[in-house]
Amino acid sequence: MLTIDWTNFTPLPALLGGVLIGGAAAALLLLNGRILGVSGIVGGLLAPRDGDTSWRLWFIAGLVVPPLLLGLTGVTDGPRFYGSLWIIALAGLLVGFGSRMGSGCTSGHGICGMARLSKRSIAATCCFMLTGFATVYLMRHVF
Amino acid sequence: MKNLSVFLIACLFSLGLCISGLVAPRKVLAFLDLLGAWDPSLIFTMGGGLVVAAVSYFATRNRAASLLGEPMQIPSNSTIDARLIGGSLLFGAGWGLAGVCPGPAIVNLGFLSGPAAVFVVAMMIGMALYELSNRVAAARRSITVDA
Repeated sequence: MLTIDWTNFTPLPALLGGVLIGGAAAALLLLNGRILGVSGIVGGLLAPRDGDTSWRLWFIAGLVVPPLLLGLTGVTDGPRFYGSLWIIALAGLLVGFGSRMGSGCTSGHGICGMARLSKRSIAATCCFMLTGFATVYLMRHVF
Repeated sequence: MKNLSVFLIACLFSLGLCISGLVAPRKVLAFLDLLGAWDPSLIFTMGGGLVVAAVSYFATRNRAASLLGEPMQIPSNSTIDARLIGGSLLFGAGWGLAGVCPGPAIVNLGFLSGPAAVFVVAMMIGMALYELSNRVAAARRSITVDA
């Protein structure tokens, strides 16, 4: 039943990227005492507390600068998106609302929370993987 | 020092998202397409990330403060409730719809992608709507308690 797309299979870059992602999560915990969860870091800007804003902005700047440099130096234009802008906007709304309601996203629950064997994060990751699979199934094979 | 460390760590994280392929909607959607031509690459990203993060977590869990002298802020809640489940189900639907989650969406802003800008604006609106609904619910609760 399962068909693997071997032509696009890239285990080594995927693993290397994963090690960098895990290394970043480890470094933020060790150096700054914080969990690397992007939805939490960004969402915290919308309920600001004194002295708790600048590090969040620095984090966002750190996400944006490497792709900006990669783009300007012509290394890569970056990936393209699929679907109409309406679908993309709906997806953004669901991702924003859902990640705040569920207290985390792929980074906070999927990497950091699962790594510390948090029951909540394991449950959350199962849930978002489930609807992720289901949504792609419906979009690609039903509609 | 504290902010410089955050900035450099976010740069590392951003490069990880780019190299792994998590930043590319095509890659993520192919990973989520279990019953189509399935691309399992991102399992290696998750596995690699988990192992490295787990080692650091278990090595640091007894620390009172971080290396830069900040308090360790690790969630202690262990209750699986309807909010966690419902929110995660909604989040997964959005992830499957566009193939981007919050980190990669912001990284794609750095690639000056128009659709990424639409996604991030919608995501911020979604987050603000949740914040608002939370405050309305809290206000309602306090009214009930006062009455």
